[in-house]
Amino acid sequence: MRNAEAAETPTANTFAPNAFIRIDRQGRVTLVVHQVEMGQGTYTSLPMLLAEELEVDLAHVHLEYAPPDDKLYANPLIGFQVTGGSTSVRGAWEPLRRAGAAARIMLMSAAAQTWKVDAGSCRAEKGEVIHVPTGRKLNYGALVDKAATLPVPDQVTLKEPKDFKLIGTPAKRLDSHDKVNGKAQFSIDVKVPGMKIATVAACPVFGGKLAGVDEAKAKAVKGVHRVVRLDDAVAVVADHMWAAKQGLAALDIRWDEGPNAKLSTADIVQQLEAASQKPGVVARKESPAQGDMAKVMAGAAQKVEAIYQVPFLAHATMEPMNCTVHVRKDGCDVWVGTQVATRAQATAAQVTGLPTEKVRVHNHLLGGGFGRRLEVDFITQAVQIAKQVDAPVKVIWSREEDIQHDIYRPYYYDRLAAGLDGQGMPIAWSHRVTASSILARWAPPAFKDGLDADAVEGAAELPYALPNVLVDYVRQEPPGIVTGWWRGVGPTHNIFVVESFIDELAAAAHKDPVEYRRALLGKSPRARAVLDLATEKAAWGQPLPEGHGRGVSVQHAFGSYLAQVAEVAVSKEGEVRVQRVVCAVDCGMTVNPDTVKAQMEGGIIFGITAALFGEITIKDGRVEQHNFNDYRILRINEAPVVEVYLVKSTESPGGIGEPGTSAIAPAVTNAIFAATGKRVRKLPVKPDQLHSA
Amino acid sequence: MVTLKINGEDHTVDVSPDMPLLWVLRDVVGLTGTKFGCGMALCGACTVHVDGMPTRSCVTPVSAVGEKKITTIEAIGETPSGKKVQRAWLDLEVVQCGYCQSGQIMSASALLASHPNPTDADIDAAMAGNLCRCGTYPRIRAAIKQAAQSESTPIKGA
Repeated sequence: MRNAEAAETPTANTFAPNAFIRIDRQGRVTLVVHQVEMGQGTYTSLPMLLAEELEVDLAHVHLEYAPPDDKLYANPLIGFQVTGGSTSVRGAWEPLRRAGAAARIMLMSAAAQTWKVDAGSCRAEKGEVIHVPTGRKLNYGALVDKAATLPVPDQVTLKEPKDFKLIGTPAKRLDSHDKVNGKAQFSIDVKVPGMKIATVAACPVFGGKLAGVDEAKAKAVKGVHRVVRLDDAVAVVADHMWAAKQGLAALDIRWDEGPNAKLSTADIVQQLEAASQKPGVVARKESPAQGDMAKVMAGAAQKVEAIYQVPFLAHATMEPMNCTVHVRKDGCDVWVGTQVATRAQATAAQVTGLPTEKVRVHNHLLGGGFGRRLEVDFITQAVQIAKQVDAPVKVIWSREEDIQHDIYRPYYYDRLAAGLDGQGMPIAWSHRVTASSILARWAPPAFKDGLDADAVEGAAELPYALPNVLVDYVRQEPPGIVTGWWRGVGPTHNIFVVESFIDELAAAAHKDPVEYRRALLGKSPRARAVLDLATEKAAWGQPLPEGHGRGVSVQHAFGSYLAQVAEVAVSKEGEVRVQRVVCAVDCGMTVNPDTVKAQMEGGIIFGITAALFGEITIKDGRVEQHNFNDYRILRINEAPVVEVYLVKSTESPGGIGEPGTSAIAPAVTNAIFAATGKRVRKLPVKPDQLHSA
Repeated sequence: MVTLKINGEDHTVDVSPDMPLLWVLRDVVGLTGTKFGCGMALCGACTVHVDGMPTRSCVTPVSAVGEKKITTIEAIGETPSGKKVQRAWLDLEVVQCGYCQSGQIMSASALLASHPNPTDADIDAAMAGNLCRCGTYPRIRAAIKQAAQSESTPIKGA
């Protein structure tokens, strides 16, 4: 797949009615795609949107990566060129269909003018315009010259959903073939003439600096060219990765470990715990009738309180961080797989001192993103290295570097309290989230009045009808550790907390967890419908063997409604096996239903990894995990059967990349409670807390 | 100088004997379909066949390969089991990000070559060393079963 030229200069002889479409004289249709493919199926769903209105076969739409350009390719839901937050289809739903419709109208007008007939007597189908009364046909390629002279229509009428031919049908992924024969190009696969390979070691202690390095032993390794020093890292540049790795291992490096040299996870948790004692910035406050929250709590028949904690998490994309850079006096090329192309360009411009337009970003398929490639730290570092090398250089992180220098999902510390009435139903609910703020660092304008909207997403707006609600947020940054987006973002943490606590309330009320939720979902028919569907398919209430249990979760996030029922088996030793997950999803209109299913399957398995194993811990200022031996990922023999049921809907599309992940942890831990009577309030699940004596 | 038999062709390369096959394939020969994931035989992304045996190329020094025949993802479609596996992968839409899939397909092809009708336990044993962060495991399992049931097609050319 090629990178498109800067959009202002489309190739001559090409019809380019807008930033997204190119049609050449041979009728070849190209979608300049502004979102990236990291597994979530955008390189199929986005061309489907275009092809639907342009009236071309999906197989005939070619893709090119959009160049970095926030003006032309901003994600309308986020404000710049970014793939994240499960927004690709939601953001492109109108613009790409409008782009396709506008081009089709212009091609039809061009045909009508050619035949000197009324455009209303023509229709478009499979890349041709047909004059209906006479059956005459012209291929789009034959019409591009004339179409290019016509005005782009301001107003277009989009198809009614009932007329969709493609949208909503299971289309085959367009990226599959190259991914089963080794041809798919990830940035780690880039080959540039004269390219060197480098690998890097950053200071293992957060915030530490390079004090000195003896490079003699590294330079003695055959194939090693040079050692590059950065403020906080050392890189070895070589002919190939093996020489670079050996050279790096041979280096004698001295670090200035800085102020965090003694930092541990316990210190960070202590700071969070202390910070969580004081009131935070209010995210939601509702006390309509009964007045003051404290008074209502005091008058409750029963009060339930709990503290929940979730750990730092690494992303561990299968493709380790890598970036290839060629810095020259007059320009810079960056070959990378990134979710933020304009930020990649900006950091390269800043490091090199070149004007932005002299930096070319060549985007690639991403070997997993999950939020990690929303960051440009590894790109900045690669440019810093390449600046010191007189050749293109591919910087590849080892898996250890990837895990120990990630930008981690924050550690969250949550305090909850609820007051129940005589029937066990909630009359008051308070939830305080204490954690670092991703938005304050990553999108400062979005961090308003001390409130991180992401940190409380899934906590502030609940599908449940609760009479008195107070949700607040306390910002507490861990020293030296940078925190960032992780699949499912705010909801991954909050849905775990909220859905676990609702389960606690049901238990306190001696009520069935499903019935308890249903009673609170009167205002939210879509949430109730997915709950009913999931519990029906999962045979909720049917007996299970000893040591087994079912747990449920309900979620409204990313514009989609989900309910999951997990079935677990807990051994006497406390080992948890998730055996089956039933997932009901209402994500509005679906573009490619099989992709929705695939994202639910994969998202659920991603979330089970985190619930059962995922934990980054700090000791002596450094990450204690190294590789997949101690940062464990669920394997095929540990994976559950996953059943996904889609609710037919005419609502606008919702996101599907992340909801599966964010809803699964509470379904699993609620199932553990059903199986063992033990409530998991801290992730990951630890077998030693579950074993039966 | 070492001469390796890769996908039916001889490649003479000037590398040290302890260099892992993975980096010889990727950085010297230029076959990048075989992926780097962990460097410690923990994830299976680097799986190739050496005389038909699934082998983690990231920990296999070229000196251990010698004259043996190496098959990579780029040529696995020329073997009967590889062809069936690739087709089932496409039929069931297994891939997501795709990065681990070269290794998955190499492990699955070796499994089918030795166990034409694998049980779930056989699949677990053969595939547990291949991590997939996108969570395509349910489809991998289904695709292996479908491939096992599919007709073997004659091999067409190279």
